[in-house]
Amino acid sequence: MTEIENTTAAFVLGGREWRSRLIVGTGGFRSLDEMERALEAAGTEIVTVAMRRVDPLAKGSIIEALDRLGVEVLPNTAACYTARDAVRTAQLAREALGTDWIKLEVIGDDRTLFPDAVELVRAAEELIADGFVVLPYTNDDPILARRLEEIGCAAVMPLGSPIGSGMGIRNPYNLAIIVEQAGVPVILDAGIGTPSDAALAMELGCDGVLLASSIFRAADPVAMAGAMRKAVEAGFEARGAGRIPRRLHATPSTPDEGLANLG
Amino acid sequence: MKVELNGHGVDVREGATVADLVDRAGAAAGTKGVAVAVDGEVVPRSAWEATRVAAGQGDEESEAMQGG
Repeated sequence: MTEIENTTAAFVLGGREWRSRLIVGTGGFRSLDEMERALEAAGTEIVTVAMRRVDPLAKGSIIEALDRLGVEVLPNTAACYTARDAVRTAQLAREALGTDWIKLEVIGDDRTLFPDAVELVRAAEELIADGFVVLPYTNDDPILARRLEEIGCAAVMPLGSPIGSGMGIRNPYNLAIIVEQAGVPVILDAGIGTPSDAALAMELGCDGVLLASSIFRAADPVAMAGAMRKAVEAGFEARGAGRIPRRLHATPSTPDEGLANLG
Repeated sequence: MKVELNGHGVDVREGATVADLVDRAGAAAGTKGVAVAVDGEVVPRSAWEATRVAAGQGDEESEAMQGG
């Protein structure tokens, strides 16, 4: 039997084992009800939330909705542009939600929403020293990914393409290098447009996929959530199954011996 | 006295505590999932009742919202 990767291997993130490799962001759902149904269809066990000023006019509480689903809440530092803001936001999130997990985002500019590498590393170092489990949203840069792992991040989360762009994975070769060298889970974060993008991320060796826009901006978010679940599972299983090599020319799947002579 | 609550000037009684300001902010889920920073420093929930705010201080109250 040829050696294949063990597709039943557990997904361990932040010291815990998870069945689902799909992490879903909660931003942008049209209602909490739609969000709950989509998260259920996605089969996700970890969802991200943002921290914002208390809004007395807010309709319903996302925390109550997520409690009902029994999912792990992963706060993020979305919309932070400096290490200082990101660290403060992470500290507020820890106090508010009682978790030391943080999806660290430090944004460079509002046009690309690309990470600011310098501020990102700075914030990650501070948060790790303060006891956080840091899951950084990062560029598809293998060297930066390695640095983030070296300073103690619990995972690296490279983008496939800009947040919300739906452009998929623009540099699969860099992603493959990140996966090849990583000793922590690699989670493709940002850019997924459609299930085949999510499947590709898994086929390239990612341990998980984090997405939001591709579900909540779909015409039918609940149906898309179900499709994403299958795509992540299919990509992961396909990777374990070992794909055939690409070849320029055909290879017959049917032997030509015993073919009738039809003159 | 006047303090800043989430960026807005509000009048509160002398000796008001962080807990008073949390009530005033009126989060949908009550105080669950709310965190407070006074002048940039996080005040742990266990210290809300005992922490008085001073005139002119900035009180920021955050909670989890939908977000990617």
